[in-house]
Amino acid sequence: MIPLAWPLLLSAFLFTVGVIGVLVRRNAIVIFMSVELMLNAANLAFVAFARQMNSIDGQVFVFFVMTVAAAEVAVGLAIIVNLFRLRESVMVDEANLLKG
Amino acid sequence: MLALIPALPLLGVAISLVLGDRLGKRGTAWLACGVIGAAFALAVRAVVQLAALPIDERAIHETLYSWMRVGDFSIDVALLLDPLSAVMVLVVTGVGFLIHVYSTGYMAHDPSFRRFFLYLNLFMFAMLTLVLADNFLVMFVGWEGVGLCSYLLIGFWYVKPSAAEAGKKAFIVNRIGDFGFILGMLTLFAFGGSLQYERLFAVAPHVFALGSATITVATLLLFLGATGKSAQLPLYTWLPDAMEGPTPVSALIHAATMVTAGVYMVARCHGLFELAPVSLEVVAIVGAATALFAATIGLAQNDIKRVLAYSTVSQLGYMFMALGVGAFSAGVFHLMTHAFFKALLFLGAGSVIHALSDEQDLRRMGGLASRLPWTHRTMLAGTIAIAGIPPLAGFFSKDEILHGAFASGHYGVWAVGLVGAMLTAFYMFRLYLLAFRGPSRLTHEAEHHLHESPPAMIIPLVVLAILSVVGGWIGPPMMEGGNAFHRWLEPVFSSGMHGIAGTAGAHPATGAMAGHAAHEVSRGTEIILMALSVGVAMIGIFMAFRLYLIKPSLATALQQRFAGIHRALLNKYWVDEVYDAIAVRPIHRASLAFWKFWDEKIVDGIVNGVGYTLEGVSAVMRLFQTGFVGTYALFFTMGVLALFLYFARH
Repeated sequence: MIPLAWPLLLSAFLFTVGVIGVLVRRNAIVIFMSVELMLNAANLAFVAFARQMNSIDGQVFVFFVMTVAAAEVAVGLAIIVNLFRLRESVMVDEANLLKG
Repeated sequence: MLALIPALPLLGVAISLVLGDRLGKRGTAWLACGVIGAAFALAVRAVVQLAALPIDERAIHETLYSWMRVGDFSIDVALLLDPLSAVMVLVVTGVGFLIHVYSTGYMAHDPSFRRFFLYLNLFMFAMLTLVLADNFLVMFVGWEGVGLCSYLLIGFWYVKPSAAEAGKKAFIVNRIGDFGFILGMLTLFAFGGSLQYERLFAVAPHVFALGSATITVATLLLFLGATGKSAQLPLYTWLPDAMEGPTPVSALIHAATMVTAGVYMVARCHGLFELAPVSLEVVAIVGAATALFAATIGLAQNDIKRVLAYSTVSQLGYMFMALGVGAFSAGVFHLMTHAFFKALLFLGAGSVIHALSDEQDLRRMGGLASRLPWTHRTMLAGTIAIAGIPPLAGFFSKDEILHGAFASGHYGVWAVGLVGAMLTAFYMFRLYLLAFRGPSRLTHEAEHHLHESPPAMIIPLVVLAILSVVGGWIGPPMMEGGNAFHRWLEPVFSSGMHGIAGTAGAHPATGAMAGHAAHEVSRGTEIILMALSVGVAMIGIFMAFRLYLIKPSLATALQQRFAGIHRALLNKYWVDEVYDAIAVRPIHRASLAFWKFWDEKIVDGIVNGVGYTLEGVSAVMRLFQTGFVGTYALFFTMGVLALFLYFARH
């Protein structure tokens, strides 16, 4: 049996990669992928704990997360497509009209 | 059924509002006159029903609904038709109807034709509410309603600054009086426990001692309200300025109906005033003083409508004089006859103004008798009636007032009234002679457009002229047990009914004062008094003829001889200027100080201070809003990390 720490470490690593991706990348698609990475890191942690606790709850949660993520992708990609139509670019720092 | 009388004019207002200009001028005229005509018919029917009742039960009560009930305080919207309100309701609807008809001709070319009749109908609703109310609060609703309509109609031609100013003046001066009315009403409620006439008058003799300070103050406050509405000293100044309104308005509101509301109110509260002899004395003195004061100003005015306005103030003074000396029915009698002849005179003046293309200055009239035959005839009837020459209406009522003053021992009031009667005859014939006789002094343009008024204006004049001639015959003097008019009002004014039973018994002094004092004066004295009042009127008329027709140079000579007096009269004793200095300007200055300091510095300071603070804070805060998604994401991450650290440590 694999110790709990391993999948958790992997999860933490993936999450950190996701966070850094969101913070440093300017391409909206890449940022979006990074967000997905963070969601999947959380999923991994859920599954790991579910296995450790011998409980199905964590796995059920993962399905919920995946469903929500799928919906979110649909909305998010629609926004990005529209942003591209408007500006011919998906660079988020070019969409800065909301500055104070 | 009673409620329909005020409801009909209100219905006219509603229809006019809903249908708007789709009615057209003809439709508007028919609607406005129709509802008032119907109200008059209903009023006649109701009064006939009232007259059919036995004398002691002559009062029709009608409760519409309960207005409010708060603890012990309960007020119904209720109407009352008794002999007093019957006289008022007939005068208001009858004269009102004639003036409505007249207005269809007078206002025919006005672009705001519909608005005019809308206000006029609204006024009729308020006035009928006032006279038909069964308690003080409903009366007050009507009281304020007529004040509002008066304001709206004085300022009807609101683009003219003087008209707008006059409207404001009337409204504000009336507010002073209304303040007194409210305080008086509340005092009565606080001590009497009710605002319903019958109940209040029933408990009044038991609650208020005869001549006690409370009832004196309460009635004086009510009288203050009356001086505002009925243009008595010291609050009369608004009425002459109110002549800025269209002439039918001056006839309806500022001569025949609204200004008599104060007289009606005091007459209605006679049971209370009888408990306060001091107040009655004040009413008599103020009335007499106003009658003389306004008459002297009327001597020197050159604007035809202003002469009539001061005449109205003066005649209202006579009415209060009558109330003050306890001759209540004489006061109401004069109210009625005055409504006839003063409405006639105003409408006649309107006809002259109409014919002369809006010329109001008597100095640019003259010789109109042959040019405006019908206006001339009817105006002459009105002039003789107000001068007090028998057998026209004014003689009977004025004589009854003077007789009442003499019989009750108010010799000073009587003498002032007599002098006033002479002045009245003089200034009215001055007006008549300057306008209709003598050489024509018309401007070329007025001469060119000169025309007699249309039938819609002449017919009301003729009807009113007939009423001015015969209207007094229902109250001839020297009748055994009082004349017909007196007997009609007896159930109200004899202290035997309407809840003030026992007043006469409990206070014999007031009972004697209230009862008509005809029995105290012998026949011979009465005839001498009558001859005297006719005599002074004849002297006044003779002097007017001498000064303004036979020898006009004499008038000019007199003017130069008494230049100071003439200037004082012409400038209305500078009362407006005095009021301006002691009331208007200090208030204006204080308001200015409040505006500049309190409003701008304190109130606006707080409001603007909040704004400035927020602006300063946000100037710093906005620096965080860069518009870059990356920055937001960084803050977000740092926030999550901070939270994470926080929970990790605990």
